[in-house]
Amino acid sequence: VCCTAGGLDCSISFISHVLGKVCVHGRQKEILSVLVPRLTALTQSDCIWQRICWRLVECVPERWLEAVLLGFVQGAPGADVLSRLLGNLVVKNKKAQFVVTQKVLLLQYCHKTEVLQNLLGYLALDSVRRTLLIKVLQDLLETWGSSSAVKHSPLEQQLYISRAILICLSLLKQPEIESCRQELLMAMMEGVKCHLDSNLPQIRRLGMVVAESISSRINTDGPVLKFQYEEDGETRELKSLLMQTPPSSAVPSLLDHDRKDMTDSVLPSILETDKKSPTAAAMKLDEELDAELDSDDDLIPYDMSKDKELTTKAPVYIRDCMEVLTASGSEDVDKWEAAVKVLESLIRKNPAATKEVSVELAKILLHLEEKTCLEGFVELRQRAQVAVLTTDPIPVVKFLTSQFYSLNYSLRQRMDILDVLVLSAQELSCPKSHRKMKHSGAQTPGIQLLPESNSSKDWRKIVDERIKSKTRRFATGRSQVELVSGPNEFSAVAGHFFFPLLQHFDRPLTTFDLLGEDHLVLGRLVHTLAALMYLAVNTVAVTAMGKALLEFVWVLRFHTDSYVRQGLLSCISSILLSVPTEHLLEDMTEELLETQSWLGDVVEKDPDGDCRRLALHNLLLMENLKKKLSTTPS
Amino acid sequence: MARPPPDPQFVLRGTGAAVHTLHFSCGGQELDVPTLFSGSENGLIHVWNLKSHRVDRALDGHGRKSVYCVETMGTGDKLLSQGRDQRICLWDLAEGRTSVTDFVFTENVGFCRCSLLQVAQGRWLMAMASKALEEVQVLELPSKTSVCTLKPEVGAKLGMPMCLKLWQLSSGSQPLLLAGYEDGSVVLWNLSMAKALSQLGCHQEPVMSLDFDAEKVKGISGSSEKVLSIWSLNEQQNLQVYKTHNLVNAGISDITLRPDRKILATAGWDHRIRIFGWKKLKPLAVLDYHTATVHCVSFSDHKNLSERLLAAGSKDHRISIWSIYTDT
Repeated sequence: VCCTAGGLDCSISFISHVLGKVCVHGRQKEILSVLVPRLTALTQSDCIWQRICWRLVECVPERWLEAVLLGFVQGAPGADVLSRLLGNLVVKNKKAQFVVTQKVLLLQYCHKTEVLQNLLGYLALDSVRRTLLIKVLQDLLETWGSSSAVKHSPLEQQLYISRAILICLSLLKQPEIESCRQELLMAMMEGVKCHLDSNLPQIRRLGMVVAESISSRINTDGPVLKFQYEEDGETRELKSLLMQTPPSSAVPSLLDHDRKDMTDSVLPSILETDKKSPTAAAMKLDEELDAELDSDDDLIPYDMSKDKELTTKAPVYIRDCMEVLTASGSEDVDKWEAAVKVLESLIRKNPAATKEVSVELAKILLHLEEKTCLEGFVELRQRAQVAVLTTDPIPVVKFLTSQFYSLNYSLRQRMDILDVLVLSAQELSCPKSHRKMKHSGAQTPGIQLLPESNSSKDWRKIVDERIKSKTRRFATGRSQVELVSGPNEFSAVAGHFFFPLLQHFDRPLTTFDLLGEDHLVLGRLVHTLAALMYLAVNTVAVTAMGKALLEFVWVLRFHTDSYVRQGLLSCISSILLSVPTEHLLEDMTEELLETQSWLGDVVEKDPDGDCRRLALHNLLLMENLKKKLSTTPS
Repeated sequence: MARPPPDPQFVLRGTGAAVHTLHFSCGGQELDVPTLFSGSENGLIHVWNLKSHRVDRALDGHGRKSVYCVETMGTGDKLLSQGRDQRICLWDLAEGRTSVTDFVFTENVGFCRCSLLQVAQGRWLMAMASKALEEVQVLELPSKTSVCTLKPEVGAKLGMPMCLKLWQLSSGSQPLLLAGYEDGSVVLWNLSMAKALSQLGCHQEPVMSLDFDAEKVKGISGSSEKVLSIWSLNEQQNLQVYKTHNLVNAGISDITLRPDRKILATAGWDHRIRIFGWKKLKPLAVLDYHTATVHCVSFSDHKNLSERLLAAGSKDHRISIWSIYTDT
């Protein structure tokens, strides 16, 4: 097939048929890996070979065209090569057009970035095909911007579509973008809204990057949309796709932006220093200094050792701190800052004094807002709250959980309550000696639950951590102090932490609707419950908690938000790990069976990859527990 | 082993309000009593008798608005004071009088202290911040005629003038003005042409105070940050930074050089007065007495070198008088 040099009148359609049949049977790679390079070389300069190639592909019967096309698109080393090989096939053949513009871009998402670049570059290289490119961009934007797609399609597909959008943007010339500016703008606005609504940070970031790119292309002069997000490999890669080669019109506009920013921010500090005079003047001054060195030496300095940095005195009593923090008006801001910084240590040093004012202090801290630009304010406040909670758990927990469901708190405050509850629970469930070591260093909780929590927990990691914290290491050689064990302080209060949070979740308030709009808080609540459940291991209330939590999970199991579902699955993991297995199988057999069937469903059908993985882990956990029970002697 | 820093020689109490400005008048005739003038936030100018350490007179001419600059014109008989009532008042204090003989309405609501320079017998030049934001106006006193108005070029974005210093290389030569601005730069102005000769960006924060040594053509400026900047003027009349010095705590309200050009004093926001040697800016002493921001420092003009004093006025309503390095 590939070595026919002459014989231009041999039947091309026969070859097309063979090619098609081979490709449909899955042997695209083998045949095209030989064919494509030969054709590339041959069509480089020879027009006739180009025509032959086009005829070759055109004659492939419709039912096999897709396989052949895909093979070509994947195998071609560049967009121009693809253009030479395929010609205007997409315009002439309906099926080819469908495959290229719809199927590859919207329905599949397994292809690599280079394939996308080749494909879209191919569309861009010919003026006839460019109309297709614009249509492709519009279709992509429609998919990108539809809220159901954002919610239900997997992350990889969304990433793929975003990449395609960015490549299209980079390939389109400025006048073309101008012509469809309005549609682009509207699509961008809608799309951004859906993306920012999502609970998963990656989707939010994707939306932000794409929106910024679109905005930078349609507003070449004037202010550009700019979001604040953390750059990482993914965003950088996406942005690099935008800065592609051809559009010479795109690059200068970006440079203009940079220049404008620079001129606005640079202060007009003109340093008019003559080049020659500094050295001359400096030398002259040095000479003068040397000459008058003697007369300066008889000024003997005084003792300046007491000259240190000025620090405001921090209050020494908790009630003083409380007074300073509640003082209204901008009185002594230095004192306020000092009070905030010193509060946590004061609370821990004076537990008796704290117990007298614990609820009031918790209230003050919950409502405390940043008065000055204090570094680490959020962390300081959180640590103080945790300190108050652990010093006097029951009243403060009652207060906080009641406030969680009250009116007129911001979402941020409610989520802060949840964070504080988890951190305190962790501290209480940890033996006292471990706590001292933790405080000396930075507070890095084993379960990351400060803002932007990572939802997926590897069950193996959890089990490992548990084993590590429980084993007593016997000293070898060096004599170590044996870790002092004490009663589990969390045991007494675990129920107080847990059950109030479950009570009112289905009762909407005017400003707070967990099951409705505020699904972000619902997601955090579910994760908090999972953490509390996990920390309640070895407490008395754990079985009751497990049962209640299973019921809670059952009610919410079909929630549309993937972050909430991930949380529910973590709850199941925590239940399986914390509740003693005998109790699980005695008290909750039916619920467990139902849960198992639900988990099986999730593994197969859930669109979110993390959810599927968590469900699989849970099923494995269940299997392991069953095996463990059956192997241990009853 | 270095000596511990000295205590104040005496402390003047009784102003009843934060002290913003001080000026000595001790070099006069022998009949005159050495006097210290102080301007306070309650609008009063107290005339302190340095022999009895008591207030001789209290001048009320600024409608209870804070007085932030006090200077004598010639002998201790004529006084100039600047207040936040937007007026610069000229007082006649001879023979026990306390009357305002004249005043200039500056229409400026800022805090920039005016600067006086005697150019001839009975004639002074006074530079002050004027009504427009970035402008400095120079008047001739006592005629109050405007000599020139110094406007920075459009787009210079210097901000308000924060401190001014009129000087001349030697008596009879052309007077020049050094102005420190809000954006941290110091500009040298030529008055006859009303043109800026040189501009130097010495600080990132506003220049709070500056002083200049006309003999060595070297100046020092302090700002609200931790850096003191020493700059000099070269032959081409260009300013260039000579040295910087880092302080322990940020914020300087006032800097002044002693008339013999051997030492300088800075008034800090950290309640401390620092003394440096002028030649190499060697830190010499840290005087820690006040309990609030020190607003102003001033050296006396005693003819007898051993009697020289340093005065510092602070927000804690007290004026501390120190005798330091008087034997050089």
